[in-house]
Amino acid sequence: MYDIKALYEAESTQDAIRLLQEHPQAQIIAGGSDVLVQIREGRRAGVELVSIYGIDDLRGVCLDETGAVRIGSLTSFSHIAASPIIQEKIPVLGEAVSLVGGPQIRNIGTIGGNTCNGVTSADSASTLMAWDAVVEIEGPEGTRRVPIREFYINAGVVDLRPAEVQTAIIIPKESYEGYFGNYIKYAMREAMDIATLGCSVNVALSPDKKEIRDARIAFGVAGPVPMRAPSAEKAAKGRPVSAETAEIFSRAVLEDIRPRDSWRAAKAFREHIAVETAKRAFEKSILLGGGVISEQAV
Amino acid sequence: MSRQYKQICCTINGKKREAMVDVRASLTDLLRNDFRLTSVKKGCEVGECGACNVLINGECFNSCIYLAVWADGKDILTLEGLEGPNGEISDIQQAFIDEAAVQCGFCTPGAIMSAVEILNEERELSDEEIRIRMSGHLCRCTGYENIFRAVKKTMLKRLEAKK
Amino acid sequence: MYAGQSVKRVDALDKVTGRTRYTDDLCDRRAYIARVLHSTIANGKVLRIDTAEAEKVPGVVKILTCFDLTEKHYFATAGHPWSTDPSHQDVADRLILTDRVRFYGDDIAAVVAEDEVAAAQALRLIKVEYEEYPFVLDVQKAMEDGAPLLHENYPNNILKHTQIRNGDYEKAIQEPGLIKVEGWYETPPVQHCHIENFICYAEMEGNRINVVSSTQIPHIVRRVVAQALGIEWGRVRVVKPYIGGGFGNKQDVLYEPLCAWLSMQTGGHLVKLDMTREETFACSRTRHSIRNHIVSWLRPDGTFVARKLEAFSDQGAYSSHGHSICAKGAGAFPQLYPCPNVEVDAYTVYTNKPVAGAMRGYGIPQAMWAVESHTEDIVTALGMDPLEFRRKNLMPVGYVDGFSKNEMYADSFNQCLDKAMAAIDYERKFKEYQNQTGDVRKGIGIAVFWYNTAVWPISLESSSCRMVLNQDGSFQLQVAETEIGQGADTAFAQMAADVVGVPLEKVHVVSCQDTDVTPFGTGAYASRQTYVAGFSIRQTGLLLKERILDYAHELTRMPVFNLDIVDGNIVRTTDGRVLMSLADLAEEALYSLSDSRHITAESTYQIKSNAYSFGCTIAEVEVDIPMCRAKLLNVVNCHDAGKLINPSLAEAQVHGGMSMGIGFGMSEKMMFDPKTGRMLNNNLLDYKLSTFLDHPRLQAEFVQNPEPTSAFGTKALGEPPACSVAPAIRNAILHATGVGINEAPANPHNLFRAFTEAGLIHDER
Repeated sequence: MYDIKALYEAESTQDAIRLLQEHPQAQIIAGGSDVLVQIREGRRAGVELVSIYGIDDLRGVCLDETGAVRIGSLTSFSHIAASPIIQEKIPVLGEAVSLVGGPQIRNIGTIGGNTCNGVTSADSASTLMAWDAVVEIEGPEGTRRVPIREFYINAGVVDLRPAEVQTAIIIPKESYEGYFGNYIKYAMREAMDIATLGCSVNVALSPDKKEIRDARIAFGVAGPVPMRAPSAEKAAKGRPVSAETAEIFSRAVLEDIRPRDSWRAAKAFREHIAVETAKRAFEKSILLGGGVISEQAV
Repeated sequence: MSRQYKQICCTINGKKREAMVDVRASLTDLLRNDFRLTSVKKGCEVGECGACNVLINGECFNSCIYLAVWADGKDILTLEGLEGPNGEISDIQQAFIDEAAVQCGFCTPGAIMSAVEILNEERELSDEEIRIRMSGHLCRCTGYENIFRAVKKTMLKRLEAKK
Repeated sequence: MYAGQSVKRVDALDKVTGRTRYTDDLCDRRAYIARVLHSTIANGKVLRIDTAEAEKVPGVVKILTCFDLTEKHYFATAGHPWSTDPSHQDVADRLILTDRVRFYGDDIAAVVAEDEVAAAQALRLIKVEYEEYPFVLDVQKAMEDGAPLLHENYPNNILKHTQIRNGDYEKAIQEPGLIKVEGWYETPPVQHCHIENFICYAEMEGNRINVVSSTQIPHIVRRVVAQALGIEWGRVRVVKPYIGGGFGNKQDVLYEPLCAWLSMQTGGHLVKLDMTREETFACSRTRHSIRNHIVSWLRPDGTFVARKLEAFSDQGAYSSHGHSICAKGAGAFPQLYPCPNVEVDAYTVYTNKPVAGAMRGYGIPQAMWAVESHTEDIVTALGMDPLEFRRKNLMPVGYVDGFSKNEMYADSFNQCLDKAMAAIDYERKFKEYQNQTGDVRKGIGIAVFWYNTAVWPISLESSSCRMVLNQDGSFQLQVAETEIGQGADTAFAQMAADVVGVPLEKVHVVSCQDTDVTPFGTGAYASRQTYVAGFSIRQTGLLLKERILDYAHELTRMPVFNLDIVDGNIVRTTDGRVLMSLADLAEEALYSLSDSRHITAESTYQIKSNAYSFGCTIAEVEVDIPMCRAKLLNVVNCHDAGKLINPSLAEAQVHGGMSMGIGFGMSEKMMFDPKTGRMLNNNLLDYKLSTFLDHPRLQAEFVQNPEPTSAFGTKALGEPPACSVAPAIRNAILHATGVGINEAPANPHNLFRAFTEAGLIHDER
């Protein structure tokens, strides 16, 4: 039994916005795998909730008219992983969300919840960040779209204004076409764990597969929110596909990331793992893109 | 303040059920307290152990972190629902007995329900896939070895029977 | 014969159908819900507790604080048999609620409410004012002069210090040419993590208090509840239903006394106390963290000349099982690798941490981590073969321990090693993995373990059994040794069926222990269930059989010595003729108008023996050095547990112990905030219990040398599988990388530190 003061069940997005306006103290509950745990802990005890779990319109993955991949915010991790569109266009996202918790959590956990709670360790977040995803938000003022890099403000704080609901995550066509990526979740266990560090890399290669046309990398748990490593991206861009590039790329992440010392892991350890996972995810991305890593620079 | 309740209708173990639900209740609370389906166990209450796992519309959920009101309109299956009309047990339950996959028995109901979800797919999963699909259950007694054997054996048996 | 057969568990059907009733399933819904208020400081005194706001929460029945405990009855919680000799009694240092708090999480007040939400709300509203004292979390720092003192009568926080002195260590090390190997080896506090948290409920009936508890030790709980409440022992009744695992945590009296007291304070109302997972972690019991220092002096040929062990065992805030755990490990030290000159100093020390108690292996997993890690360090220092060194130095056949009189009857170690090696293809892999380079390397490692069965001669060993014949020739079997998931009830049924001579299904094991009904016995611990119950089952079975045959003699006029019970029939042994079925006899016996008898048997057997139970683990790992990660590829345990009553259940037991050993060696560790003493990872997400994906396939092997002291040739198997896994993994990592991890677990954090120190990873900035 949860210490819930009142529960309002929304039947549609507009209904949710109305309920949130009527009950300004209320918080949104989607799948509840975070919210309910926090209520039980006492952190959110006595809360008023607006449940959006019943809004089926917010479920599902599709390609929109521009060719962008559109993921309804309430789509569960297991449904994302099983989506043929995801498997074809951005397989790494399916792989990343398949590493969330365990199977039951992947059935209840939603990509909207995973991003809206503003947690740096979210397994979906670094990949969405690395693929320049866009967040769609509906509110009293209408619909707006925010690049996910701007959506994250600080630990636990995202760009959601009063009575707004996140409705979809969109990955534009230009963000995924020609890119190949890999996500490495570094955790203490192979299942039922949160990331000690998450690293998502993707690359676009030149037509002859000899050059890095573009490289993108994002980390979870390397800072208060999921973050890109622009220095590494810059260092790799335009360089030949080689082991040396992988080295340069992975070392450069240290210029960007700022993991902290915590009881969960030491800063030095996280930095070490960040470099190593960046290198491996980079190399794997190149292989997926059809590149061959030579030992020598061209 | 006054309590908030909601009338829900759902199917539990094949039977249409109605209940007046306290909105604060988890599905674990509903199943254990209102329907006395005590195979649904409480081990952590935060979705980390899998002891309260049930099938909702064919998918596995930890009922401890699932609001009871969300069960409205859903089809819920607990371990009790595997029993045949004459009290016979299913093949996966028999396999848990035969493979000595049961010790203290506390994680057993939840683990069997995950196995049911896997078996309902009627396809051959690799060993690794089986392990991934069962990985939402913590068990301190068995080391998972015999649970794995029971699931795999039943899967192969069913596929064999289908041929 | 059923003994030796893999019959199905007697409780399996109920467990796979969800019919099995555990404590919470039995508790009536009218129960009040109790929640405990735990201290939020690690050391100090409660000055005031303000419950005014909390009392206003609708649904709150009563709030009781440490200041409401007017009669202070200090009690000991360990699940040990009572000793009538005060000098052998456990230390009574606990109160139902305390104002003198000694760890973050100590019990200072309790809320009784109509429902769990009201109880939780009230808990949050209680205000506590403390006087804070400095606290100490490190075992050796706690021993220093001037360290914060936890209990007045224990200077330097030393609960107990014991010594062993064999030969003359100081003189022996003067021998020229000796090689000295020295190391520190440490194991962290870990938790049992039974999936059913601790739970109990209590209610008064007349002037008695009934307690239903998820416990391994109902008769001990009865005694301790009475002692804690200061009432006559007979006024307490304890019922133990099926339990969702215990592993030693429930071999301790946990919150039963508080729950009973809360019921008595609320007019005898039914009160349920269901611990959360967080409380189970921080407020029940843990495995003692033990820091060991070992020095060995050897001749270049690998002969031990002198050895020394110092063990520092972290007791946490209260004594619980106390020094028994460290002492057991220390006692194993001179025996496993006999050596003429040995010095052992074992200390158990109070610190401001959660209370350490019994946990599967009872000090031996910690001791084997130290001893077998050290053995590998010796092998490395001497350049010897790990296997040959062990074969040369391990306890030989014929070894007798002077204290326990335990004897090494068979060549268990060599037989187990041979079998495990064959199972995992040791020799080939050992050679193949020598001298590797590169980022990813494989290794294979060995560890053996020493264990003994039961607690004689340190404590009482007795088992009582009752058999009650039914009209259909079946009988109820009752013992006080409890089913806690290990399969004890099934083994008992097999033994009883064999002794009496009936089909297995004619034995109805009464699984539930009820101290009003169940014959006396002390419960499940020390891997002694099958061993000790075997005596009383055999003795009582023979007694029942004697009474049956006596009645058969009355009915058939055949001499008793020509009669037997075979497969549920009375058989004349001279010609094998079936004279009548046991069912016919039983029905006649009960309803006979001329000679009506209720045929039952009950007896107690006091066991004055103990048995060694030995074996080994071989583990194969792959270490990804830059990723600071070890992956367990293969692992095999081989045990000599004597004759196996049920090989399939024995195998399952070994899997479970191995799993616990894998967690102990690779991932599990309770962590504490150095600033407050609060447990940081008190949940199943942050505490890294291994999952389905963290294990390779588990292999269990056995050699079966019948144990001569045992009623059925059997001996300890419950705990031994957890004893040698962790050091085998550690030694495999050493084999792969040349780096020995001396502080368990070998998780990425520790591997990162160790590989950095060893220069295997370089972080260029």
